[in-house]
Amino acid sequence: MKGLSKDRLWSIAVLTPSIILIAVFVYGFIARSVYVSMTDWGNDPAQALAEHPIIRWVGLANYGELFTGFLQGRFRQELVSTIFFTVLFIAGCLILGLGLALILDRNPKGEGLWRTIFLFPMSLSFIVTGTIWRWMLQPQGGVNMAPTLVGGQPSTFGWLSSTDAVLKFDWNKLPLLTASVVGIVLVVVAVRAAQGGDRRRTIVAAVCAAILLLWALFVGPNIKMLPAPEFHGFNLALIGIIIAAVWQMSGYTMALYLAGLRGIPEELREAAKVDGANDYGMYRHVIFPLLSPITLSAMIILGHISLKIFDLVYAMAGPDNINTSVPALNMYLTSFRQNQFSLGAAIGTVLLILVAFIIVPYLASQFRTEEGHA
Amino acid sequence: MKKALMIATALAVTSSALAAGKLEIFSWWSGDEAPALNALVKLYQSKYPGVNVDNATVSGGAGTNAKAVLKTRMLGGTPPDSFQAHAGQELIGTWVVANRMQDLTPLFKSEGWSKVFPADLIKLITYKGGIWSVPVNVHRSNVFWYNPAKLKAWGVTVPKTWPEFLTTCSTLKAKGVAAPLVVGENWTQQQLWENVVIGTIGAQGWQDLWSGKLKFTDPRVVGAFTTFGKVMDCANKDASGLSWQQATDRVIDGTSAFNLMGDWAAGYFTTTKKLAPGTGFGWAAAPGTTKVFVMLADSFGLPKGLKDPTETMNWLKVLGSKEGQDTFNPLKGSIAARTDSDLTKYSAYSKSAATDWKSSKIVGSMVHGAVAPESFTSAFGAVIDQFMAGKDSAAAAAASQQLALRAGIGK
Repeated sequence: MKGLSKDRLWSIAVLTPSIILIAVFVYGFIARSVYVSMTDWGNDPAQALAEHPIIRWVGLANYGELFTGFLQGRFRQELVSTIFFTVLFIAGCLILGLGLALILDRNPKGEGLWRTIFLFPMSLSFIVTGTIWRWMLQPQGGVNMAPTLVGGQPSTFGWLSSTDAVLKFDWNKLPLLTASVVGIVLVVVAVRAAQGGDRRRTIVAAVCAAILLLWALFVGPNIKMLPAPEFHGFNLALIGIIIAAVWQMSGYTMALYLAGLRGIPEELREAAKVDGANDYGMYRHVIFPLLSPITLSAMIILGHISLKIFDLVYAMAGPDNINTSVPALNMYLTSFRQNQFSLGAAIGTVLLILVAFIIVPYLASQFRTEEGHA
Repeated sequence: MKKALMIATALAVTSSALAAGKLEIFSWWSGDEAPALNALVKLYQSKYPGVNVDNATVSGGAGTNAKAVLKTRMLGGTPPDSFQAHAGQELIGTWVVANRMQDLTPLFKSEGWSKVFPADLIKLITYKGGIWSVPVNVHRSNVFWYNPAKLKAWGVTVPKTWPEFLTTCSTLKAKGVAAPLVVGENWTQQQLWENVVIGTIGAQGWQDLWSGKLKFTDPRVVGAFTTFGKVMDCANKDASGLSWQQATDRVIDGTSAFNLMGDWAAGYFTTTKKLAPGTGFGWAAAPGTTKVFVMLADSFGLPKGLKDPTETMNWLKVLGSKEGQDTFNPLKGSIAARTDSDLTKYSAYSKSAATDWKSSKIVGSMVHGAVAPESFTSAFGAVIDQFMAGKDSAAAAAASQQLALRAGIGK
């Protein structure tokens, strides 16, 4: 009866309620949402809010509508915006956070005060941050008036209202672009494997790359997901929102990095000095490698925040501004304003998949290291 | 025995008090609009004393938050006794088609309301032979606001048609006015769009559009899209960053000549900006809509599934009464939906609007939920945004038509 000792029974009894609750309220509801996303609930307004609505199974039709439907251009723009937003937001937070942490690590005067000041924005909610920054980024006020303080002309940049976009591409070319990029990456992998002498890997990567690139050359250009070209790119109006988000979260990244820097034993630095490393060399070869797990954690946390972001955008630019919109906002509007519950659930599922792309590899790596320690 | 009797009477008293006593009013009237609602509740309580009124306001302009809360409550099976919704398709397309509301035709008959509300209005709140809500107030959304002194200085008058507006626009641009028209965030652009369409295809064409007789892909509607594109070329480039108040501010300070906004702007000009009607600010019907009144109204209906609908029926009676409407509207800055209101209580602007209300052709506003269901209106914003990015009239018209089909317009 080793398996059912008193301790073990006790722990099972204590854990069961939470397991049941999580099973129902997290995984059960995820399953329910995914199910709803494959029905037509709400596509007929008369059935959307009826007491006993007739709901039919439609498979992946809602996803097809989102990615290729004539009316869902807004969603596609939001997907593109989210990618740009995530990359720039994470990069901004990491660079600024690391910079601040490195400065604070040199023990400046009043370090505690600075730490509090930099960390403070995190204690605000995104709604508050959004409201403050909306005021500062007014077309005729705030940041745009800053040059007048030194006698210059007020700037006219439309922080949240710009309709210009850069790096535009045609949505119809998306399969082509994706295939080409993945193909090129695989070519690089193959070349590296060949250099490393791993024959099997070289062959697999090379074959996959060849298939993808051939597809991109001969099939890709003929694929038309939409009847007309539809251009998406990085909307300049997003810059204001990225600034606000970085302002809010870089203090947190700083705290993470600072903890990491303080965790590096002094002996290591001394040893590096004894070995003749200058400041640059010490950071490059000793400190930054030791900080890489922190960078990974920060990227995970910031990444899922940026994919799910809703309140900041809602407060700063309102719900109806397509140039700054994000999928979470669209999900809310589609479900609760247009009553298209199945389409809203489909957007939610796409978001879940995007977040999973970030979280699952992280969880897997965490799990592996834990097992390694055990 | 005595004790038991006492308990029984006590119970009877409490239960009768409960029966006499509860009305939940679910609305989004908070802030500036709260005093008007409070006055109405006061009137109700003076007529039906002993009723415990629960003011369940969910703040957020135009019901942005309230509507989501309402949906969860209705789906959860606990409808509020009475809830606010924009009169017309916003209520019909969401709740009436879902069979969640009760027909109010008997109430309209017994109170004689069919005679005092304009026929065009009754038509907007009728669906499948039933009348579904009691309109409390009326706002007009086809008003052009301007600064009289500035127009005089520029030497232009208010244009009467949209082509004339485009001429005025180039005149003003030549005089150095960068943006003769000021627009704000997306919904104000949709409001402009609907007025360009009404001004181009006429009130009858507009009604045909929503009854399904006229398609969005009709050349006349496509032409209206093209005109809208040209009108937007006269507008400011930072539109999406401006609230409607910030947009009207540019008319006051003379940066822009015109702004199209609903008549709640009159309250903003007089109360907040302390400007005199007629001299500090001027108004006219939007180009091409002189004899048309594009309306939106707040209204209350009777949800199905209430335990005791008496209190709600009494509330609806107060809302539709002359006294009720004249208590509410002067404070709210709107006009009464009834044509027999006491005009001495209203402001100079409201008086002129009330006169137009009686004499004009009445049509419903799309963006404010009178003629189109939420599923159309809410998605239409993206169509306008996409149109502004590419100015492709035919594509925008085709997208609108697809939206209309999906929303069941003309069914």
